[in-house]
Amino acid sequence: MCRLFAITSEQPQSPMVAIRAMDVMREGHDGSGVGLFLRDLAGPFEDMKDAPILSGIFTEKGLKRLDMFMMDVGFMTKYKITIKVPKTPPPGVPKRDVYLIRAYEYPEEWEDFSQAELYRRLLDIRLQLRKMGEEEDDMIVFSFWPDVIMIKEIGDPYTVAEYLNLDRNELMARVIMAQGRQNTNYAINLYACHPFFIQGYSTMTNGENTAFIPIREYLLSRGFPGYSGYQSDSEVFTHILHYTFTQLGLDIESYKHIITPLKDEDLDRHADAQTLKYLKQSCRQLIIDGPNCVIGCLPDHSLFMVQDRKKLRPGVVGGRPGKYAFSSEICGLDAAIPDRDKSTDFQPMHLDTVLVGPNRQEIKRCCQTDPLSLPH
Amino acid sequence: MLPDRPIVPSTLSVKDLPWQISWSKDKCTLCGKCTAVCPVHAIELGVFRKRIVRTSLDPKDPPVNQYDVYHGIRQKTDPAYACVGCATCTMVCPNDAITPLHGDEADKLRFHIDRGGQPRRRGGRRNIAGGVLDRIKFLRISMLTDPALDAGRHEFELKTLLGRILPPEENLKFIRENGWIPPVREIYPLIIGGMSFGALSPNMWEGLQMGVAYLNEELGMPVRISTGEGGCPPRLLRSRFLKYVILQIASGYFGWDEIIHAIPEMTEDPCAIEIKYGQGAKPGDGGLLMWHKVNKLIAAIRGVPAGVSLPSPPTHQTKYSIEESVAKMIQSMSMAWGFRVPVYPKISATSTALAVLNNLTRNPFAAGLSIDGEDGGTGAAYNVSMNHMGHPIATNIRDCYLNLVQVGMQNEIPLFAGGGVGKNGNLAANAAALIMLGASGVQTGKYVMQAAAGCLGSESDRCNICNIGACPKGITSQDPRLYRRLDVEKVAERVVDMFLGFDIELKKIVAPLGRSTSLPIGMSDALGIGDHHAAERLSIKYVV
Repeated sequence: MCRLFAITSEQPQSPMVAIRAMDVMREGHDGSGVGLFLRDLAGPFEDMKDAPILSGIFTEKGLKRLDMFMMDVGFMTKYKITIKVPKTPPPGVPKRDVYLIRAYEYPEEWEDFSQAELYRRLLDIRLQLRKMGEEEDDMIVFSFWPDVIMIKEIGDPYTVAEYLNLDRNELMARVIMAQGRQNTNYAINLYACHPFFIQGYSTMTNGENTAFIPIREYLLSRGFPGYSGYQSDSEVFTHILHYTFTQLGLDIESYKHIITPLKDEDLDRHADAQTLKYLKQSCRQLIIDGPNCVIGCLPDHSLFMVQDRKKLRPGVVGGRPGKYAFSSEICGLDAAIPDRDKSTDFQPMHLDTVLVGPNRQEIKRCCQTDPLSLPH
Repeated sequence: MLPDRPIVPSTLSVKDLPWQISWSKDKCTLCGKCTAVCPVHAIELGVFRKRIVRTSLDPKDPPVNQYDVYHGIRQKTDPAYACVGCATCTMVCPNDAITPLHGDEADKLRFHIDRGGQPRRRGGRRNIAGGVLDRIKFLRISMLTDPALDAGRHEFELKTLLGRILPPEENLKFIRENGWIPPVREIYPLIIGGMSFGALSPNMWEGLQMGVAYLNEELGMPVRISTGEGGCPPRLLRSRFLKYVILQIASGYFGWDEIIHAIPEMTEDPCAIEIKYGQGAKPGDGGLLMWHKVNKLIAAIRGVPAGVSLPSPPTHQTKYSIEESVAKMIQSMSMAWGFRVPVYPKISATSTALAVLNNLTRNPFAAGLSIDGEDGGTGAAYNVSMNHMGHPIATNIRDCYLNLVQVGMQNEIPLFAGGGVGKNGNLAANAAALIMLGASGVQTGKYVMQAAAGCLGSESDRCNICNIGACPKGITSQDPRLYRRLDVEKVAERVVDMFLGFDIELKKIVAPLGRSTSLPIGMSDALGIGDHHAAERLSIKYVV
């Protein structure tokens, strides 16, 4: 079972906060990989919030192909982080040519695009790069989005972090998500590594998604180009979140109603019974059957956690105004925010969605049986 | 055989028949129950002459012949009276003195059962054991990262949907704009398939309805039953129990005069309307209720004269084409109930099923598609139709589901699979396999007859005389002397037992796969089979 950790803080944090939390939870992951998602960036990226940042791993040849491609589209490099690594990687970590984190200037002709069009094109570029990389095995692309950096690598999280020297100013961020991988189901493939990202939405999960195949088939048949990949059964959680917000125009409360709808008896008693019943029926193919704990980040920088219908996975959230963390285990939370009122720690149960908004002042809890705040 | 008995081409010996009566002279009390009960009069009282040669040790006394007679059972060899192997004689025999045994080689009767140029007709089943459904295994047991679910402890929600389900975008839009949202029923995924009032005896029908009502009202299981084509008793049409009933209309429109006239007096809408275009057991043949079974009651409910055979035409003759037929009938049936009742077609499995399905995807009123495979049963059909016509259900349902996946409508048009589900007794396993291949639910008829009423049919051509109304169990007879053998309450009780047993078995299948909160429709990664070609064809795993 993988281990998850996420933190949101007014003060920018080093990714090592998450890595250290992951390290104390090492009984729960096997050191086979780590994934990091950084958002609301500080350091040099503070002043370029709108510039799309490309994160990925490239070979020398891949980098050349990337440069050609990006120049053809009209992107200019605005800023880049150079990760210099020792010549020999530690045991269990593969040798790579380039860990790329690069912010770009938009092409001139993109300036008049609407936001929707811009987002569509950014996704399109990422998918094209991924496809190019898969053809020649020379690029792996994690994200291409403003104010977002993603780093993924095979190996023990702490070892990888030290090897990549992640404790650096340039990587300070106010929102950090990390997953320590337990490689059980699938061959090690960085595209199967959490967190997953699509157009501003990111999630990571632990557990196994037993309804993966019907969900994957449903998403693939939506005709949306980004709903692809699925090297991991957990990637669908990110895409369902994206679908909930962007295609259905719903919110985070409804996400829980889509992936783990209420039982019919409970639905009948709900204030929005009719709407929820229709939602349950029409999104039947998106019902997950657990056991899963999902932690995710929304475009407005909110962090959230939801549990499966039976609450078969651990998960806790705690902190203090200005700094909150989500963790698979309490020891991870203790490592990151020891100076908090532990009596306010909260372990979301099967009906709960917990959310820490962009102002980071409180843990908001919505129970699935509460009335929806949707416009009726 | 007497020496002067003429031999004609159709003269058969007992050995030539499929079933031979084994009778024990020692045990028989000559009570006559077996000959009285035999539904096909295959046995009669036999008077046997017997010579006994008496010899003496004294050479002076010559051996003498002594002639005697004894009474017993004689099996008729006339093809019209061939034993059907139902073994009702065994059931009634107080001393277990008689039983039919299956011949050890292929019978010769089959070559002579077309007297008067009329090929064999029968009821029942296809008489081919085995089948791909029984060979499918459930492989994807959650072992590594999951605590396995507990079939007895965790909550399960194994309902399915019958009705046209809008895509979520449209559904939300229609909620906002107060648009028409098609009716959708949340039902149990095992439906009692269409067996008409007429094909079934009144006791059987009543027992099924009582069982279904109990399951719904006392146990909270939303089980539904299709009427088959034969109308619906007027009192049921006007009762609250109608909501558990799927009314079937087929090409004979039998009983629909009564149904249409009852609409203004209905207190509940029916669960759905099923338009039957084909039946898996006998594709291309319409329904058939032979005259033996058309008594006054059946005639009244169906709106026909008594004592005449009631063949439904193979096609809906008022329509020009299947496309038009499907579209118009769905439309008019929807309209009859104010668009509050799901209307869906039922077709026999066929290599053209995809064409029908594609029509339905473009018809916003189509509430689903029911497909009936070749292993389905029937009350009456030509032997050749039952044995040789039809399409297996597994590939048909899989192709249709994958086709829906391709157009992204897998949640919009639920597919229901029937035809041989549980034919070898593995009801839950067969149902789960079909669901994971893509069916939203399954329909079964024969299994219900066997489990709830003790139907004697097997896959070895046993009994199969549903067509002539002589059912020895009283299940498919309209003769009160026969159907009074069936205790209505006991049938209802068995229906309940059967569904509860099925429910536990279904949970025992889905729980280890880590599924409990939704029916695993299309969860094909859970399936495997030890036949490479079958695996490839069904897009499931090949395992040995």
